[in-house]
Formats: sequence, structure tokens, C-alpha cells
Amino acid sequence: MDVEILSRVQFAFTIAFHYIYPPLSIGLGVLLVIMEGMYLKTGNKLYEQMTKFWVKIFALTFAMGVASGIVMEFEFGTNWATYSRFVGDVFGSALAAEGIFAFFLESGFLAVLVFGWNKVSPKMHFFSTIMVSFGSMLSAVWIVVANSWQQTPAGYHIVGEGINARAEITDFWEMVFNPSSMERLSHVLSGAWLAGAFMVLSVSAYYLLKKKHIEFAKSSFKIALGLALFASLFQLFTGHRSAVGISETQPAKLAAFEAHYDSFAVGDIYLFGWVNDDKQEVKLGFKIPGMLSYLIYGDSKKPVTGLNAFKPEDRPPVNIVFQSYHLMVAVGFALIALSLIGIFMLWRGKLFEMRWLLWIFVFSVLGPQLANQLGWISAEVGRQPWIVYNLLRTSEALSKVVTANQVMFSLILFMLVYALLFVLFIYLLNEKIKHGPEEADKIPSEYEHQKAALERN
Amino acid sequence: MEFQFDLNTIWFILIGILLTGYAILDGFDLGVGALHLLVKDDTDRRIMINSIGPVWDGNEVWLVTGGGALFAAFPHVYATVFSGFYIALMLLLFGLIFRAIAIEFRSKQPMKWWRQMWDVAFSVSSILIALLMGVALGNIITGIPIDAEKEFAGIFFTLINPYTVLVGITTVALFMMHGSIYVVMKTEGELHNKIRSWVNNTIIFFVICYVTTTMYTLIYYPHMVQHFKEAPWLFIIAVLNMFAIANIPREIFHGRDFRAFLSSCASIVALLALFAVGLFPNIVLSNPNPEYSLTIYNAASSQKTLNIMLIVAIIGVPFVLAYTISIYWIFRGKVKLDKMSY
Ligand code: HDD
Ligand code: HEM
Ligand code: HEM
Repeated sequence: MDVEILSRVQFAFTIAFHYIYPPLSIGLGVLLVIMEGMYLKTGNKLYEQMTKFWVKIFALTFAMGVASGIVMEFEFGTNWATYSRFVGDVFGSALAAEGIFAFFLESGFLAVLVFGWNKVSPKMHFFSTIMVSFGSMLSAVWIVVANSWQQTPAGYHIVGEGINARAEITDFWEMVFNPSSMERLSHVLSGAWLAGAFMVLSVSAYYLLKKKHIEFAKSSFKIALGLALFASLFQLFTGHRSAVGISETQPAKLAAFEAHYDSFAVGDIYLFGWVNDDKQEVKLGFKIPGMLSYLIYGDSKKPVTGLNAFKPEDRPPVNIVFQSYHLMVAVGFALIALSLIGIFMLWRGKLFEMRWLLWIFVFSVLGPQLANQLGWISAEVGRQPWIVYNLLRTSEALSKVVTANQVMFSLILFMLVYALLFVLFIYLLNEKIKHGPEEADKIPSEYEHQKAALERN
Repeated sequence: MEFQFDLNTIWFILIGILLTGYAILDGFDLGVGALHLLVKDDTDRRIMINSIGPVWDGNEVWLVTGGGALFAAFPHVYATVFSGFYIALMLLLFGLIFRAIAIEFRSKQPMKWWRQMWDVAFSVSSILIALLMGVALGNIITGIPIDAEKEFAGIFFTLINPYTVLVGITTVALFMMHGSIYVVMKTEGELHNKIRSWVNNTIIFFVICYVTTTMYTLIYYPHMVQHFKEAPWLFIIAVLNMFAIANIPREIFHGRDFRAFLSSCASIVALLALFAVGLFPNIVLSNPNPEYSLTIYNAASSQKTLNIMLIVAIIGVPFVLAYTISIYWIFRGKVKLDKMSY
């Protein structure tokens, strides 16, 4: 195998591993703000119990996110040196901004969130929780901005030629608000909220089924279900906005999403199918004719640019992109349906007796995780063969001095180490869930005293 | 060479400040890691870890941000060094991964083997990180082979020689000294007394390494002192450095632990300042072809980017300082274990 394939596999593997954890932190962060807010408002110990339990899980995922995130930060330089020289002027600023604005905020207030219960006033603690949640979303902002610039470059010009060519910023805000960043950011954030919401739903449903911590589980479930419903609908909306956006900015990607080859034909949407790229046809598929044209232009008769408009060497691998995109959308609809059924049954007062439905919720935690990974695969593989769209090819972006053996060495180590870490993470997560929240009356009461004192004043 | 105060110089200084902040802050928690296995009792080990518990992640962010700033301000340095030092960088990454995970996982299970395993991981990775960073620093002093395309032209073993290893060991020694003073400051009772009795040993170990490194540098790498010959007032930094180091045992002797810690911080600042002055305006020396060195000019981003980044720094840095100071303030005093501790 050559350096290119190995480096791509390594990048994909390490970022996919990293991306298991940040969405959980971002999603749980939002829920923690709600839970602790309810506690401060009502003074009900149940919410304190809830906050403290989820803080522990939050800290665990956060640590995994940090450990795997540092790898990503250095990998641009180690494996993609030519790319780093090319984009440093533009991309580096976003990465540095992420450090200064987001990571310091997150790590600082996380200390108070986890270790500071008895060191600061309840209001200050709540403020820290808000800041951690805000910080985790800010880190998504900067990194998604950087990534969106690669997808739809803006606010730059090219200086130098040949191997010395590089992009330089001409307009910072145009770079930040490049054509795809807002749609993609909202889609990524709400994907993260889904990850957090379904995590809480899954654990709560499990307690309900095991008849443990009933009160705790019911309240957690209701809070998370609200977020799940909102985020799953929002996900459809932002996903649709993204699709409309790429029809203009990255037509080859959109065409690959729906295996649309002929630029003079109207665009169809497949519910599923299997693409034969050589014959340019979709087998075993089920399609809604004209639907793609309709969704994009509001006119089911208007043709959509197809893959044949691009030279073969400028097209992404179609079937992978097609499959990952369709699976993501399918999961998206499934999550909407599940949230709606959940809300309906809750309203009817039957939800907590419906064991089969609760079992579905237990496993639903995998849905957002799967869709998040598939979404990135669609977006990133769909961008190929470009590493910076229309400017730099992935094959030209490698480190010139790194050899295949070196990358093989690091890749194997990453696989071993990450497999070990993942197993340990699941093991500890499972232990924490089995252990459950502290009983409300056993929670150390210093916090209570402080709160009482605060109310007296 | 003429000294010009321009954006490139400002960024050289700012990145220097970020990395110095990193060395001061993560320096002590790497040092705590390096000493960790010397403490035997389980509760004492928990206290060691919890002494850095609320702050280690924030300390590491200085490295993350320093890396990001290097990428933005001097992309060629980021690209050349990171791809050139590939294997070393990967080892560093595995060190950082295991360290973060060991801190988080260690006390989550009561089993003896479990704790022992993570204790070893924590300590070994801390030492490895300090050592690798020192070796990297050593290579920057000796210079590395760079070609006309700004690419590294050596192999992994080019990077390892007696001098660079010596700088690596000196770094470990420095952090051990710094870390031991920190633990003294954060603990009480028996553990406190035990570690207090180690401080002088760590100082002696560091001073021996430091003197050897200095002699070695003066004899074999005189380019590092060129600027000092041209501008003798810079010797003040070296003198301050000596005073700072000499002051540590005195403060410890008088039981003024916090002042000893400040002295140790000051000596790190002075050491890195010496290094930066010696290097300027190069960032990575090319050896044997000095004309290919990466300097603050030929490796930098455009003026526009340096300017934007400066604005980012001016807005961001006050916040960063505010968080850092408040966190250290909130968690001041001796470590106490409770339910949420590691
Ligand atoms: C800011 C930059 C950035 C961000 C936020 C992401 N990626 Fe990415 N990704 C890249 C920058 C990048 C890249 C450096 O540009 C790569 C390396 C090789 C390539 O072609 O693009 C890449 C490749 C790449 C590939 C391999 C594509 C291929 O080689 O065919 C996959 C599967 C992913 N990424 C997945 C992800 C996931 C799951 C992410 C979720 C966090 C993610 N990316 C975020
Ligand atoms: C290649 C791209 C990425 C790089 C270089 C990167 C870098 C990092 C680094 C260095 C850390 C550790 C910070 C610390 O020490 O505190 C980290 C953590 C984190 N990253 Fe990433 N990251 C990337 C992708 C992403 C994406 C796409 C998201 C979210 C959408 C994200 C969200 C976070 C969050 C929330 C954390 C805090 C830890 C956690 O919550 O798990 N990152 N990342
Ligand atoms: C409900 C229907 C959905 C639609 C129509 C949709 C649409 C899209 C589109 C068009 C993209 C590509 C954007 C680009 O390349 O610029 C994308 C990417 C992505 N999707 Fe979805 N999506 C849906 C559901 C989901 C769900 C449920 C999740 C996760 C919980 C998810 C997570 C992602 C992620 C993480 C990306 C990559 C980041 C990005 O490019 O925005 N999507 N989605």
C-alpha cells in the first residue's frame, strides 16, 4: 500500500474515533445546563442527583475526546505537510482560534463543573456548566469553519506557482462565513445534540426496564425526549439546507449522493439502491422520479447537473457516498419517527409501560452515532479527489518525507491503542451505568447548605 | 543582523510565550507524573494525581494552542518539523494519549492491578513526553538537515545523538524539580515531609544536567551565544536564571514553598528566553546548509494573517489569563479527596 492510501485510512480512522466523543460531550452539555438549571429553580434534589450522575459520564467522554483530539491537531503536520503549507495561512487561524477561544474555556470551567461542587456558590457552578457547554459548541464552530473552507473555499487568493503555490487570506470574515459553513455547522451541532439526547434516553429506558431509579429515569427521559424531538426535526431542516447548498457549490458531490449521471435529465431521489458505476445505473433501487429537482429548485421538471459533466478523474467514488448518505437520511427519519412516537405515548400516559418501545430506546443510542459517522463519510468522501475543493488534490497534499513504513507503523499502533481504549471506555461506561446515580439522600449536603445560605441572604 | 520589531518578530515572541506557559504549567504536572511511582501508598498516589486534577487539561491546552498558533503563523515550520520528526511525534502523541487516559481511568476501579497498570502508564508517559520534548529542543539547537524545498532531509536516527539526549534528560530533571516543589506546596502531613526531603535531590540532579548541557553547548554549538557576544546586556537573563535556581533551596529551607515555586517558574522562563535569544531570527536551523534555515520570514504566513491572528490573540489572551488565574485561585490550598476526586 502506498503512503496516500495509508495516510487517508489513518486520518479517517483517527478522526472517526475522535468523533465518537465530542458529539456526546456537546449533547450532554446542553442537557446538563437544563438539569442543573431546573435544580436551581426548583431546589428538587432529583435534579441534583441527575446533574451529578451525568457529569460523571460527561467527564469520561470528555477525557476520551481530549486524548484523541490532540492526535488530530498534529496529524495535519505529520501526514499532510504539503497541505499544511498550502492552507496554513487560512486554516491555521481557525485552528488557533479554536484553542484560544474554545479549549481554554472548556477545560477551565470543566474543572469547576467536575471538582468544584463545594468550592464555589451554586450560581457560580451553574455558570461554569453553561460555559463548558458553550465552549464545547465553540470548538465545533471553529473546526467546522475550517473544514467548510476546504469544502467551499472563499475569502482567499492563490500566491506562487507549482509546488510553491499557497492560499492566502484576503478577507477573514468571508473565510469564516464561506458558502457552506453555517448550514454545516447547524447540522453538526444538532447531530451532536441528538447524540447526547439519545444517550440519556437509552440509559433512562434501561433503568425503567430494570425497575431501578424509577423517578430519576422518568424525569431524565422526559427532558431528553424534548431535546430529541426538536433536534431530529432541526436535523432534517439543516440537512436539506446543506443539500440545496451543495447543489450549487459542489455539484459533483450532490450528483454522487443520488447517483445522478445525466446532466440533461431531471434528478430523482432513491430511497435505497446499489450503484453500478461502470454501467452508470442503480440496481435494486426504489426511486421517486423528479424529487431531487423538486427539493432543490421547487420544480420537478428542471434538470440537475450529473456526474458526466465532470472528468472521470474529478469524480468521487459513487457507491460509498451513495450508501453512506442514504443510510444517514434513513437513520434521520427513523429518529424523527421514534421521537414522535415517544412524545405521543408520553402524552397518552402509556410510554413507561411499553416495554418493547423502551427496548427500542435502549438501542437507539447507536442511531445518532451511526448517522454522525455516515454524515462525515458522505461529506468527506464526496469531496474527493480534492482535499481543498477544486484547488488541491488529496494525492498532492501528502508529506513528502514520510514513508509508507512509517505510516504503517503508526496506523497499526493507533488501531491497537484505540481498540484498547474503546473497550475500556465501554467497560467503564457500563460500570457507571450499572452503579447508577447516588441515592438522593446520600448526596453530600454541603452544596445544600450553601444553597440554603444563599437563599437566606 | 539587524533587529526589526515587526509582526514576524511579535509572533516569534508570542509563540515563545505560549510554549513557556506550557513549560511552566504542564511542566509541573509532567514532573508530578515523573515522581509518581516513587510514592508507594495508594491514597498518597491519589493525592498526587488530584493535586493536578483540576488543572492538567487546561495546562495541556497551552500546547494545543501553541501548535495551532505555529500552524497559523509559521506553517512551514509546522509542516517541516512535524513531518520530519514523524516517528518521534507519534511517540509523543501516544504519550499524551496514555497520560490523559491514565489520569481519568486510574481511580475508577479498586483492583490493585488496575491501579498499578495506570500508575505505570501515567508515570512512564509523563517521562517520555518530557524526554521527547527535550530531544526536540536539542535538535533545534544543533540544527537539522533541511533541503532547498524546506523538507527535512534526515532520518529518525539523525535526531538522536548524545547532545540531544542530554537536553532531553535535562528537561526531565527540570520538570522533576518543578513538580516536586509543586507537590510540596499542595500537600500536608507525611507525604508533604517525604517530598520536601526529595526537593534538594531533584535540584542537584537538575543543576548537574544543566551545567553539563551549558558546557557542551558553549563548546560545540557556539552559534547559540552569538547574540550574547553582540549584546552583552543579554547576559542579565543568564544571571537571573542562576539566581532563580539558587533561590529555590533557600526558600524551601525557610518553608516558603510558594516562593520556591515562583523561583522555579522564573528559572524556566529564563532558560527558554536564553534559548529564544540564541535562536532568533531562525526558528529551525538547517545544518549543514544554514542558508536553508527556516526563519521568521521565509517560514511565515502572510502579513494579513499575522495581523488577524494578532487581533485574535489580543481578544483571546486576557480571557485565557482570567480563566487560568481563577481556576488556580478556586483550587488553591492543600488537596483534599472527596467523592468527585479522581
Ligand atoms: C478541519 C478539517 C477536518 C475536519 C473537521 C474533519 N475532517 Fe475529515 N478529512 C480532513 C479534514 C477534516 C482532511 C485533512 O482534509 C482529509 C484527509 C484526507 C482527505 O482527503 O481529507 C479528511 C478525510 C476524511 C476521510 C477520508 C476520506 C477519504 O480519504 O476518502 C473521512 C472518512 C473523514 N475525513 C471523516 C471525518 C469525520 C468522521 C470527521 C468528524 C469529525 C471529519 N472527517 C472532520
Ligand atoms: C480534524 C479536526 C479536529 C481537530 C484537529 C481537533 C482537535 C481537538 C483537540 C486538540 C482536542 C483536545 C483539547 C483539549 O486538550 O482540551 C479536541 C477536543 C474536542 N473536540 Fe476536536 N478536533 C477535531 C474535530 C472535531 C470536531 C469535528 C468536533 C465537533 C463537531 C470537535 C469537538 C471537540 C470537542 C467538543 C472537544 C472537547 C473534548 C470532548 O468534548 O470530547 N472536534 N479536539
Ligand atoms: C434527516 C435527514 C438528513 C438529511 C437530508 C441530511 C443531509 C446531509 C447532507 C446533504 C450532508 C452533506 C453536507 C456537505 O457535504 O456539505 C450531510 C452531512 C452530515 N450529516 Fe446529515 N442529513 C440528515 C440526517 C442526519 C442525522 C440524523 C445526522 C446525525 C445525527 C447527520 C449527521 C451529519 C453529519 C455529521 C454530516 C457531516 C457534516 C456536514 O457536512 O455537515 N445527518 N447531511
